[in-house]
Amino acid sequence: MREELREGNIRIPSGCAVSGIFNRKGTRFGGEAIIRSIAVLHERSNGLGGGFAAYGIYPEYKEYYALHIFYERDAAKTETERFLNRHFDIINLSKIPTRQMPEIKDEPLIWRYFVQPLPTKLAGAQLDEREYTARCVFRINAGIEGAYVFSSGKDMGVFKAVGYPEDVGRFYRLEEYRGYCFTAHGRYPTNTPGWWGGAHPFALLDYSVVHNGEISSYDTNRQAMEMFGYHCSLQTDTEVIAYMIDYLNRKVGLTFEEVAEVIAAPFWQTIEQKPEPERQRLTYLRQNFAAELITGPFSLIVGFKGGMMAINDRLKLRSMVTAEKGDFFYAASEECAIRAVEPALDGVYAPKGGEPVIMTLENGE
Amino acid sequence: MAIEYQYPEYEVVRDHDRCIGCRVCERQCANCVHAFIEEKERMTADESKCVNCHRCVALCPTHALKIVKNAHTFRENANWSGQLIREVYRQADTGGVLLSSMGNPQNHPVYFDKILINASQVTNPSNDPLREPVETRVFLGKKSHRIERDGRGAILPKIMPSLQLKVPVLFSAMSYGSISYNAHEALARAAEALGICYNTGEGGLHEDLKKYGKNTIVQVASGRFGVHVDYLLSGAAIEIKMGQGAKPGIGGHLPGSKIFGDVAKTRMIPAGADAISPAPHHDIYSIEDLRQLIYVLKEATAYQKPVIVKIAAVHNIAAIASGIARSGADIIAIDGFRGGTGAAPTRIRDNVGIPIELAVASVDRRLREEGIRNEVSLLAGGSIRSSADIVKAVALGADAVYIATAALLSLGCHLCRSCHAGRCNWGIATQVPELTKRLNPELGHARLINLVNAWEHEIKEMMGGMGINSIEALRGNRLMLRGVGLTQKELDILGIRHAGE
Amino acid sequence: MKRIYVREEWCLGCHLCEYYCALADRGGKDMARQLKGIKIKPRIRIEEGKEVCFAVSCRHCTEPLCVKSCLTGAIKKEGAGVVTVDREKCVSCYTCILVCPYGALSPAERGTVQKCELCAEKPGGPACVGHCPNGAIVYEE
Repeated sequence: MREELREGNIRIPSGCAVSGIFNRKGTRFGGEAIIRSIAVLHERSNGLGGGFAAYGIYPEYKEYYALHIFYERDAAKTETERFLNRHFDIINLSKIPTRQMPEIKDEPLIWRYFVQPLPTKLAGAQLDEREYTARCVFRINAGIEGAYVFSSGKDMGVFKAVGYPEDVGRFYRLEEYRGYCFTAHGRYPTNTPGWWGGAHPFALLDYSVVHNGEISSYDTNRQAMEMFGYHCSLQTDTEVIAYMIDYLNRKVGLTFEEVAEVIAAPFWQTIEQKPEPERQRLTYLRQNFAAELITGPFSLIVGFKGGMMAINDRLKLRSMVTAEKGDFFYAASEECAIRAVEPALDGVYAPKGGEPVIMTLENGE
Repeated sequence: MAIEYQYPEYEVVRDHDRCIGCRVCERQCANCVHAFIEEKERMTADESKCVNCHRCVALCPTHALKIVKNAHTFRENANWSGQLIREVYRQADTGGVLLSSMGNPQNHPVYFDKILINASQVTNPSNDPLREPVETRVFLGKKSHRIERDGRGAILPKIMPSLQLKVPVLFSAMSYGSISYNAHEALARAAEALGICYNTGEGGLHEDLKKYGKNTIVQVASGRFGVHVDYLLSGAAIEIKMGQGAKPGIGGHLPGSKIFGDVAKTRMIPAGADAISPAPHHDIYSIEDLRQLIYVLKEATAYQKPVIVKIAAVHNIAAIASGIARSGADIIAIDGFRGGTGAAPTRIRDNVGIPIELAVASVDRRLREEGIRNEVSLLAGGSIRSSADIVKAVALGADAVYIATAALLSLGCHLCRSCHAGRCNWGIATQVPELTKRLNPELGHARLINLVNAWEHEIKEMMGGMGINSIEALRGNRLMLRGVGLTQKELDILGIRHAGE
Repeated sequence: MKRIYVREEWCLGCHLCEYYCALADRGGKDMARQLKGIKIKPRIRIEEGKEVCFAVSCRHCTEPLCVKSCLTGAIKKEGAGVVTVDREKCVSCYTCILVCPYGALSPAERGTVQKCELCAEKPGGPACVGHCPNGAIVYEE
């Protein structure tokens, strides 16, 4: 692929399919369900990117950050590992197991590291552990040519590639993983053969985002996030949304409900109809988090430690439905993607524009 | 004087077949251009006095008049323009500094005209402002991301001093004295009706206009005219005027002839005394002094009012703005070199300062790079001529814009650029009672409301076309802009790409 | 009843009301064609002093002296409404002109007397109101 045409050098709008499955009891289930679900939405992607985020899949390493890294060349791997060794204890490392198949081509080296920040380095940096790790991820992605960390949370992992999502799932042997939450994405970029790093989900620490839409507020949001130290290397909507969620939830300390009230803020005419003190609270959020409002169409599924949030833009310019069955909660671009996994649902719900549907583990894990 | 070097610049063309001798032109020209020759029952004109303000043309009921550029010309010279030759003659006649009014008319590049706006096609939908909300409300002031919660975890909304505007437009500072009471009343009433603000300028606030306080920005300039604690408390915000785009680096001078009656009383100076605003504030010779004045004003108003610092766009604008942002200001107003004035030395107006487009883009970038963009809001002024200029200014990083020339145009101003003469035929830049009464605020304020409402509609259409349904998501959204015919350097400063990229 | 009121405060003394009144009287739209070379006889007139000026026209008094004084019954007031002149009945005795305290009646171009009748037949209301450049003449209840 021509270097100048890949994410990071140009901005590529794309349409997409999203799906997510969450078990609120924390019961772990296999990855084949999410593949079945996203496969139904084949027509919403064009083979230029697919991927999954899975939570609860590394119980034996759940104390450690799981770094999933693409390498385009050996030198990048050598340099990255040197960097990792300087900053982290590497508890375990391995190639991520894949299955050779004709549908998935041009794969980079795909490695996984379970790491823990070096205590001395961490103390010296005067940062909390998550901030320290996030900064190291930025340094690798921005500083080491040909290396790209695409997953950096604990007890979770992102698996993504260029291809249709169901092929990507089989490529990564997703059926061999068991977790309490899976999200999936099929990509329909409008130009250029996508790059592996540009596929979704986009993740930072425990936060992962799959997104369908093209946000018109991109540059405003990007500039706001860059001011707070995020480097938007991919120039994609999903990247900046993931950073905003990380910023608002982890750094500012907003709850996910409040994050929704910022990124898909209610219209002023709605706020004005609210009684006090609700009106004052919403006005306060809009006034102070003006640059973090997202406009334009989107449907998002955000994965985070112990939970999942589905949310639409405030005009609901993209489709999204949620459903429940027993302990399972589902969200997807289309109802058929849910029915493919669970034909007999307890209830199907189409969230209103800007209305978040947030599910968290019942035991508070 | 033996020889008259100043030839009439304009020619009054009268169609005598249409002229019915109603003499409205004669009655309405404060410069006494028109006269009626009784014996011939025919109108005539002394063109040497004409400033081309169009009052006669606008009121002529038979459309018998037009004002054209005098065809009389100097020998062609690409270097020595007629304008320059005339100016040399004038200075040789008088020995004085050349004076001008309104904005810089020189042929410098207008970057707004070389920037184009984006629209949605296929991959995302545009919004129709007739069907869906497209929001233009903005808050100006500091933004804080430090969340405080009560014992039960509910957010405690901190009330920060701010200005709330229904559209991102404010009427820029024009003092009572430089413009008439009626002009001020029209601006104040329109601001109230529109949910925006007007700005008193440095001439104080007339007692009768205090009731529009919620929509008033009170200015504190280097002359400190009319400044007292009630004045500060009557406004919604306080503006410290450090500079003005039309005349960066110099002060102001309102001649004693305009200072009588209420103007003198409102300014708190004796009638007939010249009102001289020094070039600098004599208590601000450095950035730390500015900080002191900001906090003096905040202290005086119990930290309830946002403080605006207005500066002219000059070469080092980004660093200056960064310093101001760190000095406690809530809002920075930047006035570009095309901004208007009631009077300025011509050479300064035409040669000092930089364009607002470049200034606002570079200030916005600098404040973001330094991580202090949330400390202040940015106001851009200095020739915002249309709703498209507003959309572009906001996308280049402004939170809202100041308009003044456009506001005066809607009140009747024809940009004859003779404000400094004090005989404004439209009743705006004058204190002569028979002239000021020509501006009826009842009609004037309705025209201002029309203008801003029309621009609001257009802003919403353009935003809707881009798929942006809130102005916050347009601010600094440079991806929505493309340049045409700009050099790479210019594009880099503006932070935009070239069309086609 | 709606009447013409003059706001002296905003009257510029430009006399345009007189010309538009005269044009309304003659009909036609092109003032240059209708009024060129003639001396107008408008029904509204500007009174000017040194520092004040204002337009004067009929006030349609509650008890109009002109109606009382009219020899032939040509001037009438219908209820609380407009005071009108019936030109067929007017004999041009000018008594009304003498008695009107406002000087609102005047000899008409075509004989008889004339006065402001609020452009009763004209769509768009009185011509002087619509064309006043400064909102100094208003037509209100």
